Amino acid sequence: MQILMSGLIFGCIYGLTALGLVLIYKTTDIVNFAQGEMAMVTTFVSFVFLSNFGFGYIPSLLLALIFAAIFGIAIHQIVMKRVQSAPPLNQIVVTLGLFMILNGMAGLIWGHKPTSYPQAVKGDSIKLGSVFITPNELFILCITFFLMLIFFLLFRFTRVGLAMRASAQDIKASQLMGIKVTSVFTATWAVGAILGGVAGIMTAPITFLDTQMMFEVLIMAFAAAVIGGFVSLPGAVIGGLFIGVFENLIAFYISPEMKLVYTFLLIILVLYIRPQGIFGGKQTLKKV
Amino acid sequence: MILMLKQLGNKRIALGILIVCMLFYPFSVGYSSYFLTLFVITCIYVITSLSLNLLVGYGGQISVGQAGFLSVGSYSVAILSTKLGLPFLVVLPLAGIITALIGLLIGLPAVRLKGHFLAVATLGFGLSVPQIALKWDKLTGGFSGLSVTPSSLFASETQLFYFFVFLTVLIIWLINNIVKSSIGRAFIAIRDSEVAAQAIGINLSFYKTTMFVISSFFTGIAGGIYGYWVGFVSPNDFVITNSFLILAMIVVGGLASIPGSIIGALLFSIIPHFTDSYVGITNIVIGVAVVLIILFKPKGMVSMFNFKRNKSEKTKKNELLLKEEGNRGVNI
Repeated sequence: MQILMSGLIFGCIYGLTALGLVLIYKTTDIVNFAQGEMAMVTTFVSFVFLSNFGFGYIPSLLLALIFAAIFGIAIHQIVMKRVQSAPPLNQIVVTLGLFMILNGMAGLIWGHKPTSYPQAVKGDSIKLGSVFITPNELFILCITFFLMLIFFLLFRFTRVGLAMRASAQDIKASQLMGIKVTSVFTATWAVGAILGGVAGIMTAPITFLDTQMMFEVLIMAFAAAVIGGFVSLPGAVIGGLFIGVFENLIAFYISPEMKLVYTFLLIILVLYIRPQGIFGGKQTLKKV
Repeated sequence: MILMLKQLGNKRIALGILIVCMLFYPFSVGYSSYFLTLFVITCIYVITSLSLNLLVGYGGQISVGQAGFLSVGSYSVAILSTKLGLPFLVVLPLAGIITALIGLLIGLPAVRLKGHFLAVATLGFGLSVPQIALKWDKLTGGFSGLSVTPSSLFASETQLFYFFVFLTVLIIWLINNIVKSSIGRAFIAIRDSEVAAQAIGINLSFYKTTMFVISSFFTGIAGGIYGYWVGFVSPNDFVITNSFLILAMIVVGGLASIPGSIIGALLFSIIPHFTDSYVGITNIVIGVAVVLIILFKPKGMVSMFNFKRNKSEKTKKNELLLKEEGNRGVNI
């Protein structure tokens, strides 16, 4: 049971990162390989507020998230806006380029030495039946489901969500309907960066803070997004939980080094049976 | 100067100059082992990016795990030469064949996948290979790696160098011919529209698997070259960042273009040579180069060298339209 529980916690982190990925993909049709590195930069910024300026946890969290929003807007305005109608492969490679730039810059500015990062909620672990859980882990669980719910409702029931869905379907048509597609996309990038930032700040206490910390999380988030079908927000979180639990089981019963290999075997298996992911909609064939 | 560049547009002359340069390269660097290695590494990336371009540029199937095939190739060379004691001329093709078999295994499920799903599946492959190499230490030596028994066929490093350069040119020629053959045309047809390709009788699953097999075969040979040249393989030789780099090479150089892959591979193999003295700069320089080239030259660097564009405006426009159609076909 304890293994399942810690799997769920990791799963939440994967789910949060995947949420940002899916949100950006769903709206702008771009798979953002730099998501993890953007999250890493935000986490470092929050750490600077925490340690160098001596702010409290909540103010530095909020300041870092504001930074994340500006950062996301900047990345969209400076780079991604220009490749919006480029071939998909070019878009992927641009985000890979951003990945390398951000990783290199963070290494230059903050160094490569891992440092510890404070938890959101301190306190002794609580016993629930046969399972121990720390308040911090409980907090991660809650915040993941809260954010998922908010974005799910936002996408489904608000005008902004409608504009996002419309721009995702057809850029030209939505422009003709009076939707400011570029602003919608910029907003999406800002929100995506904030989601990534939250994921990063949740990850840092568990993994230590360094420039490589988000890499494995990002890979697993991809896996989660794929299992969830890449377009479904609840699917991303459920995929994340699923992968977190599976990974922890493998690490416990087989070997910790092989968890990556088995996780990807599982994904290939899932995709072989259902090529559009578990929560993906119907696949449509491209027009000739 | 412009006249010279125009002449460079002529393929044969360009090839001739390139080959002469290659022949004189060891003399010009004074047989320096460092520069010879730099050149061989470039050759390895040229072969790898060409075979990835076959998959991505011509076939429209994305692969983010190409470095996994490189690892398989180099490990096959190490295991076959050291543990089984097989000779060089058997080991190198065998490395290709083993990698091709792995490519077949990857290609079979990949036939059903498209776009991001394929990207993630191949990403998983690229990530898994180093992990398996680490874990399976009876066969691979685990963390400490394996050494490769050098071949007795070549008396000196220079001879080996010339052999590998010859092999690279041979593979470039082979891939060029594959692209122009009926197989290559089938790949392009699949990339442009799977439905249309199927309608005219192209067996999709057969050709997609073939693509993976051919691509992994050549990449395996490139991995073998690495094994023989460096004489030592370890799990950290080809990691996932190498896969990203190879993907960046073909996009920056130019998709579906053989000179493009060569230019891309050259560029990204040489950049680290200039930036290595400043720690941590390499990634930033490569990243900036990638972003800038895609923002300003979205068709890749080959598009800078198209001097022979003196067609009438109309055909140019038609060509552009056609190209756009083609680009839309590369569905990731």
